Amino acid sequence: MSTVPHRARAAQVGRPMDRADGRAKVTGAARYSAEYAPPGTVYAVLVGARIAAGEVTGIDARRALRSDGVLAVLSHLNLPPLAAEPHLLPSLAGAAASGQSFFPMRDARVHYAGQPVAMVVADTLERAGHAAELLEVSYRAEPHVTGLEQGREHAYEPERIFAGFLPGRIGRGDVDRGLAEADTVVETVHRLAANHHNPIEPAAATAQWQDGRLTVHDSTQGPTATRLTVAELLGLPPSQVRVLAPAVGGSFGSKAMVWSHPVLAAMAARHVRAPVKLAVTREQMFTACGHREEQEHRFTLGARRDGTLTAMRHHKLSPTSPFDDWTEPSLEMPARMYACPNHEGVYRLFRANTMTPAFMRAPGEASGMFVLETAMDELAGELGMDPVELRLRNHCDDDPSTGLPWSSKGLRECYARGAEMFGWHDRAPVPGTRTDGHWLVGTGMASAVYPVYQAMGPQRARVRLYADGRATAETACADFGTGVGAVMRQVAAAALGIGAEQVEARYGDTELPTTVAAVGSAGTGAIASAVHTAASALREQMVARAVADPASPLYGTDPGRVEAAGGRMFPQGGSGGGEAYTDVLRRHMMSDAEALGAWDPPGADGGYAAATFGAQFAEVGVDPDLGLVRVRRMLGVFAPGRVLNAKTARSQLMGGMLWGVGHALLEATRMDPGSGRWANASMGDYLLPVNADAPEVRVEFAEVEDAVVNPLGAKGVGEVGVVGASAAIANAVHHATGRRFRDLPITIEAVLGRGQGASA
Amino acid sequence: MRPFSYTRVSDPATAVEEVASDPDSAFLAGGTTEVDLIRIGVARPRRVVDINALPVSRIEEAPDGGVRLGGLARMSDVAAHPVVRERYPVLARALESGASPQLRNMATMGGNMMQRVRCSYFRDGDAACNKRAPGSGCAAIGGVNRGHAVLGTSEHCIAVHPSDAAVALTALEAVVRLRGPDGERSVPVGDFFLPPGDTPEREHPVEHGELITAIDVPPVPAARTSVYLKVRDRESYEFALASAAVVLRVQDGAVAEARIGLGGVATTPWRAHRAEEALVGAPAEGASYELAAVREMREAVPRSMNAYKVELAERTMVRALRTAAARAEGVG
Repeated sequence: MSTVPHRARAAQVGRPMDRADGRAKVTGAARYSAEYAPPGTVYAVLVGARIAAGEVTGIDARRALRSDGVLAVLSHLNLPPLAAEPHLLPSLAGAAASGQSFFPMRDARVHYAGQPVAMVVADTLERAGHAAELLEVSYRAEPHVTGLEQGREHAYEPERIFAGFLPGRIGRGDVDRGLAEADTVVETVHRLAANHHNPIEPAAATAQWQDGRLTVHDSTQGPTATRLTVAELLGLPPSQVRVLAPAVGGSFGSKAMVWSHPVLAAMAARHVRAPVKLAVTREQMFTACGHREEQEHRFTLGARRDGTLTAMRHHKLSPTSPFDDWTEPSLEMPARMYACPNHEGVYRLFRANTMTPAFMRAPGEASGMFVLETAMDELAGELGMDPVELRLRNHCDDDPSTGLPWSSKGLRECYARGAEMFGWHDRAPVPGTRTDGHWLVGTGMASAVYPVYQAMGPQRARVRLYADGRATAETACADFGTGVGAVMRQVAAAALGIGAEQVEARYGDTELPTTVAAVGSAGTGAIASAVHTAASALREQMVARAVADPASPLYGTDPGRVEAAGGRMFPQGGSGGGEAYTDVLRRHMMSDAEALGAWDPPGADGGYAAATFGAQFAEVGVDPDLGLVRVRRMLGVFAPGRVLNAKTARSQLMGGMLWGVGHALLEATRMDPGSGRWANASMGDYLLPVNADAPEVRVEFAEVEDAVVNPLGAKGVGEVGVVGASAAIANAVHHATGRRFRDLPITIEAVLGRGQGASA
Repeated sequence: MRPFSYTRVSDPATAVEEVASDPDSAFLAGGTTEVDLIRIGVARPRRVVDINALPVSRIEEAPDGGVRLGGLARMSDVAAHPVVRERYPVLARALESGASPQLRNMATMGGNMMQRVRCSYFRDGDAACNKRAPGSGCAAIGGVNRGHAVLGTSEHCIAVHPSDAAVALTALEAVVRLRGPDGERSVPVGDFFLPPGDTPEREHPVEHGELITAIDVPPVPAARTSVYLKVRDRESYEFALASAAVVLRVQDGAVAEARIGLGGVATTPWRAHRAEEALVGAPAEGASYELAAVREMREAVPRSMNAYKVELAERTMVRALRTAAARAEGVG
């Protein structure tokens, strides 16, 4: 690949490297946003609405205010006004990024259960919590809408979705004609439960004012996004807001957007004239940071006898908030997955008493590809065709929605390698025929895809080389578990030609060079490209200094013919005759040298479509008597372009695949219809897979080079691991049992044929 | 969290006196449930009396071949005890299938018997719940009741009893030893858990200030091949959707003795008397087990989301009976 300097191909980039923060995070030494307590810190506790619709008719704070240690009670009665209206905008845009076009405690209206209606501030967390209990909030409740059945009749087709970035209806060709040409038509209906992110670290913000400047420790995927949002809503110059997030304990999208709590913490801190810590509780996390909305998909797939797809119709119904037309874009990637000439995708929304849902790992792809890939499995069964063969039959070299060529793909190799490694072709020809004791055993596969999103605007990094040979690489980004810190070290080291151990990564601070939030699987590519640009500039700077210096052995050498490795610069083609960076710096009386790099992501009109592709395989055991489904092994083969760190990339993909286990079998936030509140808002009741559920998971890479997406050719691995995993599992359940389960999660009662989701 | 005072005591007499003398006080043992409930305002003691230092944590073999489990014996210690493992595998397995290792290291046997229900409406201070706020109603009956009980329910409460260990102890006919202001007394496990009836707030025949000092497990020779089978959505760290504790003795191809406890489906650790009656004397084979299971679940009252539990409980019982029979035969 011509755009990647050969230095980046040096052993530094790609090799497995431990995360520098790994040990601190697993031993409890890492300090999270709720673990900073500047002197004099006091504590804020949010009080959430206990009704789902209506209004607050009174707030009696007398007992709360008389309680020991209480400093303030803030509510719509006394909260200072905002300087600007919040507008939903994805943080990838690099501007203020409110998660919803709504800010609580500005009037008496209650739009959703859990909506903050008051905030109590006290000198200790316990006293704040006790006073919050003493606060008497009275309500006038109105009928609420929370479920699909309530909203179906009132559904509308939005003009645009996803904060205006995507159309509400997509299509190509003529679906009716395509269906008329089909020999086989598969029609399915799927209901997918609402899901919540549940990162191990709940959201938290600690805000401190000093001389009119604000410092916020925020648990965020994007310190810059928090800075810009807090600054805009409070009417501050962004330069006067510093956001720190040196350690973030997971997010999965819950911290991709900026919610009200960092702003409220800052407002409370100004009100009580002391640093304020506001930690969202585990229960409040279910109504504080968005979620994946409950959804119903109606899907029709037409194909000729030979498997060629002729038409695809995909309609989705889901609830959104009163303020935003939000739905995760479930129809986009399924529409672009296969060479199908006729496609229609329609989103229908209804207003519900919910906060605006949010990005959740593979937002849209996880749900939409579950629908497409289980329907493809049904179609393969109808046609008597191997599921892998059906997919190959409809493979597309160009993006069928635009006709643009994929910047790189590698999917055929993913299928082939996966099928071989997994032993796919050994599967029983007839579903429901393989047993192991009480268990029926089956296998399934699915395609995976996740688009390459690009940050909007330049991404910056600074690399500094010291006279002792050590270096630092700096950007504002946060490492919330992706391992981007390790990648920054590797990329800087490779471009400079020094060892990665010599480089320290500094991040999680808006005082460092600006990068956008690490979202949409774009973070590592963008940040690494910025670091690569900065480190390359620094190398060129050092080379230029050496070749211009009569005292240097490189004096007069063409700078284009100088290489760097092992901390030394030397003429191309050999390692002799050069000198070390440290020699140049010392001779020039320089304690260090540094360069700022800015990388401009390619625009959307670059003539290519870009996505990471993969193939998922799963084997399950089903105990039909007891309704149990247990995943026995999983294999994912992905083609993400250049792998910057084999260890962290593998971990990301493996984590995504294990998310697929939860998506397929466990995760469901259940709405209590009477109260309009989530009925299982706790880690005990919202079921995530535990270690005992984790099967053998293998992750493999199919190598593809991508010369388009960024200078390193890295397409992103943060989300594609979950895409298709739940479909592969559901398809394996069908293969094990001969029965099709179209709803998620696939529960015990569904397998027993006694509950929602039990299908033919 | 409401402010409360904290006292640590070191002898049972003082512990009982401290709590009995103050209606707003509570014992604190492992705290694995109670501290949570205090934090969310469902348990509201003004005084907490820490009893962890009391000398009632031993596990002792009884002269009659049984075992005495101290009220403060930790779940993990009981599960690991060689005598328990050998004589009562049903109990060891039940304990090990509950909670997580960290919780089992903290939680006590007495606390396990006294643990509160996991019903999310009980834990939600604003929901109708007759157990938490008598007379307020039961939000679970018309709500999300996928995990709720189908046996032993009333129109006032359908919360399922969460314990695994108590299910095993029910099958083993253990006896709870209490110490109160008026001295000591014993209550058979079968009488220790009260169905909700009209008073779901009253869960045990235990007076305020009475303390569980021990649980006596009688000698049950057939329990050496006993079985505990727990069915749940995920493989670990979840309460049962259905579980069965089975002690089975087979003689000449027929069931000679059967003791069955059911968990995850009833408002109390459930003794399956009907199934037991149907089994004794019947051929030790699948058809007998199925008949017995159906008979036990005949009086189940399913709700909107938990009808599957009737069938699941039957199948869990049958699977556990088959396993226990195979084990019993293996021993000879």
